Amino acid sequence: MEKVTPPNRWRRYSDWDDRPLRLDQFARNDPANGFSAFKSPADPAPGFQVENGRIASMDGVLAHEFDMIDAFIAAYHLDPEVAPEAMAMDSSEVARMLVDMNVPREKLVRLAHGMTPAKLADVVSRLNALEIAFAYSKMRPRKTPGNQAHVTNAKDDPLQLAADAAVAAGFGFDELETTMRVARTAWSNALACLVGSCVGDWGTLFQCSSEEAEELKIGMAGFTSYAETVSVYGTERSFIDGDDTPWSKAFLVAAYASRGIKARCTSGGGAELLMGYHEAKSLLYLEARCLCLQRGMGVQGTQNGGIDGAPITASLAGGMREMMAENLLAVWLDLECASGNDARPTESEIRVGAKILPYLIAGSDLICSGFGSILKYDNSFNPSLFNGEEMEDFLILQRDFEADGGITPLPESRALELRTRAVEAISAVLEELDLAVATPQMKASVISASGSLETTTFSTGETASISEKIQQRVTVIDVIRALHKQGFAREAENLLKMVKLRVSGDYLQTSSIVRNGRILSAVNDPNDYAGPGTGYRMSPERSEAVSNIRDVLGRAEVVRAQSMHRRNEGQHISYSSAGEARHGSHPNEVVIGISPAFGLQIYQTTGGIGLSEVLRALIRGVEAGGSSARIVRMYHSADTSFIGLKAAELSGSGIGIGIQAKGTAVIHQKGRMPHNNLELFSNSPITTLEHYEAMGRNAAQWTFGLRPEPVIVPTEGQALGARYHTQVALIHAIETALTVPGQAPEETVVRFLKGAL
Amino acid sequence: MDRITRVQDYPLSERAPERILSARGKPLNALTLEAVLFGEVSIEDLRITPEALRAQADIARLAGRPALADNFERGAELVHVPQDLIMDTYELLRPGRAKTRCELVERARLLRTEYRALRLAEFIEEAAEQYKRRGLVTD
Repeated sequence: MEKVTPPNRWRRYSDWDDRPLRLDQFARNDPANGFSAFKSPADPAPGFQVENGRIASMDGVLAHEFDMIDAFIAAYHLDPEVAPEAMAMDSSEVARMLVDMNVPREKLVRLAHGMTPAKLADVVSRLNALEIAFAYSKMRPRKTPGNQAHVTNAKDDPLQLAADAAVAAGFGFDELETTMRVARTAWSNALACLVGSCVGDWGTLFQCSSEEAEELKIGMAGFTSYAETVSVYGTERSFIDGDDTPWSKAFLVAAYASRGIKARCTSGGGAELLMGYHEAKSLLYLEARCLCLQRGMGVQGTQNGGIDGAPITASLAGGMREMMAENLLAVWLDLECASGNDARPTESEIRVGAKILPYLIAGSDLICSGFGSILKYDNSFNPSLFNGEEMEDFLILQRDFEADGGITPLPESRALELRTRAVEAISAVLEELDLAVATPQMKASVISASGSLETTTFSTGETASISEKIQQRVTVIDVIRALHKQGFAREAENLLKMVKLRVSGDYLQTSSIVRNGRILSAVNDPNDYAGPGTGYRMSPERSEAVSNIRDVLGRAEVVRAQSMHRRNEGQHISYSSAGEARHGSHPNEVVIGISPAFGLQIYQTTGGIGLSEVLRALIRGVEAGGSSARIVRMYHSADTSFIGLKAAELSGSGIGIGIQAKGTAVIHQKGRMPHNNLELFSNSPITTLEHYEAMGRNAAQWTFGLRPEPVIVPTEGQALGARYHTQVALIHAIETALTVPGQAPEETVVRFLKGAL
Repeated sequence: MDRITRVQDYPLSERAPERILSARGKPLNALTLEAVLFGEVSIEDLRITPEALRAQADIARLAGRPALADNFERGAELVHVPQDLIMDTYELLRPGRAKTRCELVERARLLRTEYRALRLAEFIEEAAEQYKRRGLVTD
């Protein structure tokens, strides 16, 4: 007997090994080593004691043992008027209030200001992912959602930065953030993005993420309007390791205000874990400390939800839910929230889509704190959750869920216009200010390039030299004048409007963005969600803009596409009617029933094969099988089964083929139930001429009483419905419009013309 | 500028533009492109003023954000502090830069006496105490 080796593996696991998902790492829960999302034994129980009007202890730590973070939170965050009441409340009760649309946001914000980090974490940890998303939607400060883009490239090329900034602004991002590969190019990056962002409409806030002192100087020169690199940490050791203290960061925040620059802090789960000073506390508890600190510092907002720690946070059980909970804490504390969805936490596109969905439907002040508007390899922050490659996926998710993700489809022609204008504008500024000369070849290569691998442009060294000159002698006033002098009056005007924002400081208020030339913030556009019909709803115009993606199909497009094939088919085949179809008597004939629009209004199958060729293949097969074929056009139905069954009933052999214009075909037999056929080709997009010919041959064999091996059209698992059903429904509507109930089938004489294949 | 008493005056640039003056006394609507081209507007005119920051602090307080208001008021005190001194003070507040509490207290005194930055001075003195308590500085 042959020896059979027992299987050592179900090979499905090998398939799974090969999926991008398996590139992701997943961490074991290990609170002692800092690996826990929501709860660690080392997390303190919520607690708060006052003695003689002073805070005596907080979350189990006595005042004289406070570290700097505790001390700062006790001094600046915890509201002593509210704390006794808020801390005494049952956490489950507060959790229910967060998801109760009848409890106003202000009431919850007031309570948060009287809660310690452990209490805040305890409350939100009681919510499941759906409840967190709902509470987030209710608690976020500004009503209208927004979004932020990264604009960077691998060469720090100013021409490409300008072009990409213009496109990102064109998509409607409210904020743009750049950074550099080489620190010395900071000023050039700032100038380039700023000029690009002023092409088109004005009002896109801009930041240049660089070293703290440098960033403030770039802001002082008028190039930037916001900053979000004020990082804070949840343990004292991490803070000191990050070279700061709560007081130094609070000072920096005040310094930004003094320069009229919008500022937000950065924190996020996993930072302390990555830095090694996590004190065995959970990610959520540490982030709650960060956020109480930020509120105490008086910064208007935060960028949190993992951020650089997103990948490690996502590796934990509950990690994605934890990031949502962090964001909820931020908005509950009344901070503007740029809600992460930034560093790409996974190689799995499914996890990417799942990660974004709650934010997309809940809305957020800035859904991504860096949507990579450029290609992944050009993202100097590292790839984002969404990148230039996936821009249209995000746009279509907005359309799918009728949810406002803060951006709008950009027609291809408009994108090209913006890129061209931006490259011309930055080139003009560089030349006018005697910084550099961009050649026509450089400009052309950048305008059309999808990413920096395709550009012929300044070297990074040349850009560093441009940057040094800008630092030495250029302010935004010079840029405005240069733009105007070189014929970019509108851009000059836009740029001045941006810089003027800082004179009033209106955009320093919580959650400020600029829309249609006006400031929108939590002050004048407060989130007033109180149940269905309230809060943010897209206007009909906005809804229309969001749904207006490219390449949508309608009847006109399908008819136009078919009409392009009409002439070609007309050279290959002619159909003529020969009166009412008769019942055949030949015992081996096969009647081929064609649908009402077959070759008359529809000329190609969804598989892109001309119907004349399909019919020839069927006939060739029938004849090869030793039978003769007779063609009958049906009018009573456009359904394959009924067409096939009718053909079988008319056939002398009792065997017929039914075929629709889109290519769906069936072998039928007289006397069977309509949907109980002999063979069916249901996936016409992947059905080939060989398949049709084989179907004809099998039909012939049936007439001889044989039982031929059925023809199988192999599928590779394509989502044919997604690919074709819009077109199919439109084609089928054309067919059904031609049906006449009760009208008799017509004998059809088909002639294949000269030039036919 | 008078204190702001109604949150409805926000945004000031839209609702009460006459209340905003640039650092050199120009009203907001005088900061035009023409004025920039004729050299009448300098980068100085495009900076925020302590008055505007205090007005924003009023608005923040009216909108229920006292911590944000405090930050704007600290910011207002820094408007006229030169950039280098701001950066030097930030640097001094970073861990390990100041070796003694006195260095920080001295900086607080400078900001208080030279720039009337009373809140910031207090803030830095508090930092000095906390740094000492946590062992970042000696006395």
